[in-house]
Amino acid sequence: MDSFQQVIFKLKQYWADRGCVIQEPHDVEVGAGTMCPETFLRVLGPKPYRVAYVQPSRRPADGRYGENPNRLYKHSQLQVILKPTPDDVIEQYLGSLEAIGIDLAKHDIKFEEDNWEAPTLGAWGIGWQVMLDGLEITQFTYFQQCGGMDLDLCPAEITYGLERLTAFLQVKDSVYDIEWAPRFTYGDVRFNDELQYSVYNFEMADVGTLWQLFDLHEKECTRLLGLYPESKEKRRFPLLPAYDHVLKCSNLFNTLDARGAISVTERVGVIQRVRRIAVGVAQAWVKQQSGLEAAQ
Amino acid sequence: MSALPFLLEIGVEEIPDWMIAGALESLRALFQELLAARNLAEGVTLALDATPRRLVLRAKGLSDRQRDSEELLLGPAKSAAPAAIEGFARKLGVSAGDLGVEAGPKGDRVSFRKKVAGRPASEILAEALPGLILKIYFPKTMFWTVPTGPRFIRPIRWIVALLGETVVPFELAGVHSGNRTSGHRKLGKAGVPVTFENYEQTLRDNFVILSADERRDKIRAEITARVKPDPALLETLVYITEYPTVISGSFDRSYLTLPAEVLVTVMKQHQKYFSVEDEAGALAPRFLAVMNSSGDPDGLVRSGNERVLRARFNDARFFWDADQKATLAARVPSLANVTFQAKLGSYLDKTKRVVELAGQLGGDADAVRAAELAKCDLTAELVKEFTELQGVVGGLYARAQGENETVARAIYDQYKPASMEDSIPRDRAGQILSIADKLDTLRGCFSIGLIPTGSRDPFALRRAAQGIVKILVEAKLSLPVAAILKEDAQLAEFFVDRVRYYFKEIRGFKYDEVNAVLASGWDDPVSVESRLAAVQAVRPTANFEPLAASFKRIQNILKQADFKGGVAIDPALLEPGAEADLYAEFTKVRVTVAKQAHGPALETIASLRPAVDRFFDKVLVNAADAGVRRNRLSLLHQLLSEFSTIADFSEIVTTS
Repeated sequence: MDSFQQVIFKLKQYWADRGCVIQEPHDVEVGAGTMCPETFLRVLGPKPYRVAYVQPSRRPADGRYGENPNRLYKHSQLQVILKPTPDDVIEQYLGSLEAIGIDLAKHDIKFEEDNWEAPTLGAWGIGWQVMLDGLEITQFTYFQQCGGMDLDLCPAEITYGLERLTAFLQVKDSVYDIEWAPRFTYGDVRFNDELQYSVYNFEMADVGTLWQLFDLHEKECTRLLGLYPESKEKRRFPLLPAYDHVLKCSNLFNTLDARGAISVTERVGVIQRVRRIAVGVAQAWVKQQSGLEAAQ
Repeated sequence: MSALPFLLEIGVEEIPDWMIAGALESLRALFQELLAARNLAEGVTLALDATPRRLVLRAKGLSDRQRDSEELLLGPAKSAAPAAIEGFARKLGVSAGDLGVEAGPKGDRVSFRKKVAGRPASEILAEALPGLILKIYFPKTMFWTVPTGPRFIRPIRWIVALLGETVVPFELAGVHSGNRTSGHRKLGKAGVPVTFENYEQTLRDNFVILSADERRDKIRAEITARVKPDPALLETLVYITEYPTVISGSFDRSYLTLPAEVLVTVMKQHQKYFSVEDEAGALAPRFLAVMNSSGDPDGLVRSGNERVLRARFNDARFFWDADQKATLAARVPSLANVTFQAKLGSYLDKTKRVVELAGQLGGDADAVRAAELAKCDLTAELVKEFTELQGVVGGLYARAQGENETVARAIYDQYKPASMEDSIPRDRAGQILSIADKLDTLRGCFSIGLIPTGSRDPFALRRAAQGIVKILVEAKLSLPVAAILKEDAQLAEFFVDRVRYYFKEIRGFKYDEVNAVLASGWDDPVSVESRLAAVQAVRPTANFEPLAASFKRIQNILKQADFKGGVAIDPALLEPGAEADLYAEFTKVRVTVAKQAHGPALETIASLRPAVDRFFDKVLVNAADAGVRRNRLSLLHQLLSEFSTIADFSEIVTTS
């Protein structure tokens, strides 16, 4: 039986063997692997890319104080981007499941329609949730738009829910009972995060402070985006740091939402604010990168 | 020429189940169109099949080439200079002697009938199929190469195109047509060569059952336990599997303490399982799942599904327990944080309006209490998880929290009827709540211009309006709904249309009878129903249609005379005989009708027919004397208006 970390090692090796860059997680908090620059920005433009990384993904509203066996404030996604999509992408994906020891001839695998959309990123795609013996283990998406723009190439995004997948492999009813490494359970490693972030997000986060932080990050990102058109040396222009501020805003929005601090009237407006800077960075990024191509 | 079989298989990544039937119809129509346009349709029969990974068209009796045909080419006028005519012939490579003459609107013209040799069907198909395949209709499509590249429901990965034993060669999105198919993803082989004859068997050998009927039969045959019939779920399962096999699983009895509604929803909506009933019809701790595989000898699939279901049930229990920490009543203020519609405010705003409407509609204390609490379950974790259970969960919580049974049932039933086939709320309080809620949605949406157009009806306003009609009619409720609707002329008009739809399409009344009855008033759908029943009953009697024809005649006469009524009948001016008789009959009938129910009243009115007929036979309405004429018009006008309260007979389409 593979431990949680062995499952990760094997999947990373599998995708490394298929030409993927193995990246480490992005070091700013995100709600999903899709939001990392390695996906959000790399899928833009005409340059082929292949990458795989594990991304801890934070969903403040999903926190359950460590009491619910299946819901987590922070879960781990293995995110794979194949741009452009190879013709045998599904066969490659199924191969990855066999690589972690699932004999598909003995299991039931189904692809059920599930189209993905992220309004705050101006992004959407077409795809499936992949069901293994009735368990959703993967979100498979053909990206169509990102940052409000049609993509030059259609990338395939494969997002594995690592806790679920490992609980399946280890036949565990509670995620906290998963063996992370020999002698260490998932609960040993992660329980405190679940409990303390739930307390913070639901009870103690200071709404006023979070709003201030949101405003500051938004302001900084907006300031940078305003400078970009006039900047002399486009190559040096810090769009990647600008994007980190977008991510900060997104996570603050989710935390405020979990805290119940966003009213009806505000909600749509706040989503718009995040979307505006996300799309702004994406558009500038496409220009910056195509400029670099032209210069080379 | 000889007749050949044709096989087209479009190999696709998993197509959403609900789109497959429509796609096959579209493919059939496009292919038929192609054959007809190319003179290849004669004697061809088509069969269409699909699995999630393939759309298949098989044709029999396709000619291997088109029939030869003639094309008529027109040259210059017959009277043109000989040089021009010779030029025409030369261009066609024939001599002037081969030309004919064709008569036309501008005189005779020189012509030539060119023989066109029929082209091979294979060539025509090869040219047309790439475009045809991309024209197959899907509600949503994608690109999988570049944005300007082909669009389809999902990427196309292989194509089989065989005419007889020969490949019809073409290329689409980098895929070259050939004779190789793919079997089941895990149990079958890929790249298997096929012929028209062995195609279906080859698929079967590779764990793909091509025929949806056969897959459906297989599932049905393997359902051995007592399950609630669920045709929609069955269709989904037929179209998400290539080789369906039913397996049976169970769950711990302790979960049966959760409401059956919740358990069934989890099994059906989230896991696509059939739930199982015991002999008494109660939920049993078992389920049937359909896998896309041939068997589960080690029980791995069963135990996997059981574990998923256990987790889902644990979630539900967790949410149920968490939700009990705040009662519905305590949740009312937090409805301010749930949007109903941006311009129409929050669910708290809606709740206030619905409470008021429930009172206005004569709701009692229970109805009003139910209206106050109706939307509170929108803030419950269980409803956030299982949105399809809104209302139901509210009802269950209300009961668990000690609200009285009527209030609990009203909340539980508030979204009923979900369709025209669904039942209406069980109690008066639930009926009032449901009507008030729908009425508020209709009124609000119309006030901000969200009015359904064509097939666009995002707020399901048609269903809401029909729901109101259905409740009023089936519960025999006469409520001041129309008065509220009439505050908005557009909404009133929209509602009448839904009343018409309900009686015509759902209840099956004849369209002219519905029009006739609605023309006499639609405010009270209960009365509409009773008047319709009366018209329907009297319609076949001998007097009715002729009388209806006479009423139409009366209406025309009044219209031509531009007579609006308002003049009392002067009996002294009536001519003895037919006119005086009609008046006497009318006076008598009027008194009788006033005391009668709709059915007998209509029969009484119909008995006027001989008197009306005699009147038109013997009396000239358009009399020379203006006073007499006005008096006659007045008689007819009163007759018409007096007897049009049940139905406007002039709307009845008569055969005479």
